[in-house]
Amino acid sequence: MTSVVYSENEDRHATPEDYLSGGWSIRSWLLTVDHKRIAWLYAVSITLFFFFGSAAALLMRLELITPAGDLLSPESYNRLFSLHGIVMVWFFLIPSIPATLGNFLLPMMVGARDMAFPKLNLLSWYVYTLGGIFTIAAVIAGGVDTGWTFYTPYSTLFSNSAVLAAAVGVFIVGFSSILTGLNFVVTTHTMRAPGMTWGRLPLFVWANYATALIMVLATPVLTVTLLLIGLERTLGIGIFDPALGGDPLLFQHLFWFYSHPAVYIMILPAMGVVSEIIACFSRNPIFGYTGMVLSIMAIALFGFIVWGHHMFVSGQSLYAGILFSFFTFLVAVPSAIKTLNWTATLFRGRISFDAPMIYALSFLELFTVGGLTGIFLAALALDVHLHDTYFVTAHFHYIMVGGAVTAYMGGLHFWWPKLTGRMYSRGWATTAALALLIGLNLTFYPQFLLGYAGMPRRYHSYPDDFSILQVLSTLGAGVLALGYLLPLIYLSWSLRRGEKAGPNPWDAQGLEWQTPSPPPVHNFRETPEVNEGPYAYK
Amino acid sequence: MSSEAPQTPAIEDPQIGLKLIPEQASEYAQQVDFLYYALLGISGLLMGILAALVVVFAVRYRRSLRRERGELIAERSGRRLEIGFALLLCLSFIGLFYWGSQLYLHLYSATDADVTIDAVGKQWMWKFQHPDGTREINTLHLPVGETVALRITSQDVIHSLSLPAFRLKRDAVPGMYTRAQFTPTRAGTYRLFCAEYCGTDHARMRGKVVVLERADYQQWLAGKVDVPDRAEAGAQLFQSLGCGACHKADGSGLAPALQGVFGSRVKLADGSEVVADEAYIRDSIVEPQAQLVAGYQPVMPSFSGQVSEEEILQLISYIQSLGQSREADEQ
Repeated sequence: MTSVVYSENEDRHATPEDYLSGGWSIRSWLLTVDHKRIAWLYAVSITLFFFFGSAAALLMRLELITPAGDLLSPESYNRLFSLHGIVMVWFFLIPSIPATLGNFLLPMMVGARDMAFPKLNLLSWYVYTLGGIFTIAAVIAGGVDTGWTFYTPYSTLFSNSAVLAAAVGVFIVGFSSILTGLNFVVTTHTMRAPGMTWGRLPLFVWANYATALIMVLATPVLTVTLLLIGLERTLGIGIFDPALGGDPLLFQHLFWFYSHPAVYIMILPAMGVVSEIIACFSRNPIFGYTGMVLSIMAIALFGFIVWGHHMFVSGQSLYAGILFSFFTFLVAVPSAIKTLNWTATLFRGRISFDAPMIYALSFLELFTVGGLTGIFLAALALDVHLHDTYFVTAHFHYIMVGGAVTAYMGGLHFWWPKLTGRMYSRGWATTAALALLIGLNLTFYPQFLLGYAGMPRRYHSYPDDFSILQVLSTLGAGVLALGYLLPLIYLSWSLRRGEKAGPNPWDAQGLEWQTPSPPPVHNFRETPEVNEGPYAYK
Repeated sequence: MSSEAPQTPAIEDPQIGLKLIPEQASEYAQQVDFLYYALLGISGLLMGILAALVVVFAVRYRRSLRRERGELIAERSGRRLEIGFALLLCLSFIGLFYWGSQLYLHLYSATDADVTIDAVGKQWMWKFQHPDGTREINTLHLPVGETVALRITSQDVIHSLSLPAFRLKRDAVPGMYTRAQFTPTRAGTYRLFCAEYCGTDHARMRGKVVVLERADYQQWLAGKVDVPDRAEAGAQLFQSLGCGACHKADGSGLAPALQGVFGSRVKLADGSEVVADEAYIRDSIVEPQAQLVAGYQPVMPSFSGQVSEEEILQLISYIQSLGQSREADEQ
């Protein structure tokens, strides 16, 4: 199938060798089954959604400069934060690293020619796009005002907004992650090159493999939950609304049974990226490979039994709360071990500070702050005070933006020469990475303070006293925006003007670096043979 | 505040100033803050160590030095380091877990309150009902030193009653009663928020808790219009809804007598047993057929929609005033 698509366009370019020169016709992109091109389809789509979701965030930040609700109506504000959450979680963060870098690199890293199911891979992008269309339709139909959490009975019987369209969008996009997950699991199990044992898999592969398992196991629960919302909203079947004999807490259990593991869908691939970068730029084997693999799998597993920590104040059984608190403390241990191991990987290294490494070290700071503040929220009595305040907002943005997005940016800068065959401006990349680090801390650190001071989330107007911290946060968002816009410019520029990168500009280990940049259609000229572990840096 | 509808009243936020540690208006608040300081200390220490290591390594092992690198840590010592670190964390986590859980249990499950005050959330206001029948909206007056149990529910969507000065928060869930108990120890005016997103004017669903010295509180009470107390209002309601026609005190009616029912174990028609607590009584008013008492016919109509949440709470208070069961007294 792949070769058919390319042979049609062969005459347009002199060398059909690399996957990009096979043609630039729309058809050659939309019908491709090459995992590398599908990665690009995803990259373009999620970038659009990212800037869409960021625009919503920026409007919210502008509103919050003043305590009174003066820039936006409460209806608009509520729709903006709902849109921001839905778009960023399901249309950016969840697909981000797996569907772009993972899609591109996972087959290459295990030494395969493609995914196990190339057509399924393309289908997953179409499913994603269809889900995206419904979400945009929901916006055009007036938007949705339930928050990304769709809490019942507000979402089923009280909200007058386009809940159904948005829920259908998320319902559909779930199948896209199930398909991607399935593909990753089967590819990792069956497509490894000779000698690529499980103990030699790069941590990026392990992380995406664990992520894929969560996608396949958790997403169906979300699918069913959204279906139940649809049933209650359209047919009035009492499932969640107590007025109809339903139970609103049941919704929260089902929702978080998916959405807590979903946090690990977002952060595990980021951990994989950072492991690759830190090993490469400190020229050391990763410290404690086995410990890292065990931690990844432990996080994936324990991630399934902590969902109730979102419900400590909700009215669930107090003893359930205590159990969930205990497991939540437990899930922090493997993450802490990973942080220890990344730091120890620097020890006696030969460290250089190219842009990917600046992103990776930023990740280390931001993820640690996010993780440590998670401990605050695991401690029951503190969570009662902090629940639904800005402290929680700050905590998960440190993990999601500081962790997942920073790692995505780092990964993009690390593998950009592989993806495109070109280098970007190092000076600009360093500037952008530092803008991101400063912007993130300035945006979200004040929100921790707001939270302990008591300010609730999702407030369109607020008591005057909180405004100084809100203004700081908005200033930070401005710097952060710079950190995201700059790469858009210089990376686009590098596509045509950047200097040629060569196969391995970072002198990195890993099969993906042992093939030309950009890689040939089938990744490797000959099937590679593996005879040593990953990270054989000397 | 130009964009707001004209009928919504202006919000009077207590003028407190920005306090990164909110006022400690109860002893419990102080105890939660100790836990907060402990965690700040631990995370500050860990963050400091991490930052120091990264900076030292980054400077000492920077590539431009072109130094020979020394021996890396052997695999066995590496594993010991990992395990040691994990054990150390587990130990301190168990301590923090225990500490947080203790306080949590006290906040939500202590039952030695002096008064029970009802809090009913509704888009977009908080309605409070004192035992003496006094009702307030978005403002809650309390005397210093009296232990208050909040009995919280909602009449529409989920809300959350948040009182930062008391480090207290609890969701108001429709069809359910949640509790939280606290003792104000300092007079003052404190913030009150809805913390769970509940629709358009969520951000305006805020008010204040006014804690008064005993004398001031008595004065405030004296200024109120005289209303029947909560149980008495329930008794009147019981009368006017005609409940007494079946729930006869001598047990000769079509429905069980309610004397001494509150807190007792009730045998149901399907053979199971429930404790007749607030939730059970509420369900029996709203959906009487669901948990039918053994030996009675399903003849009671549902009063869902005919009585408000506050009225149901008045009826519960009335039934409670008819006497606790012996079992409940023993507890």
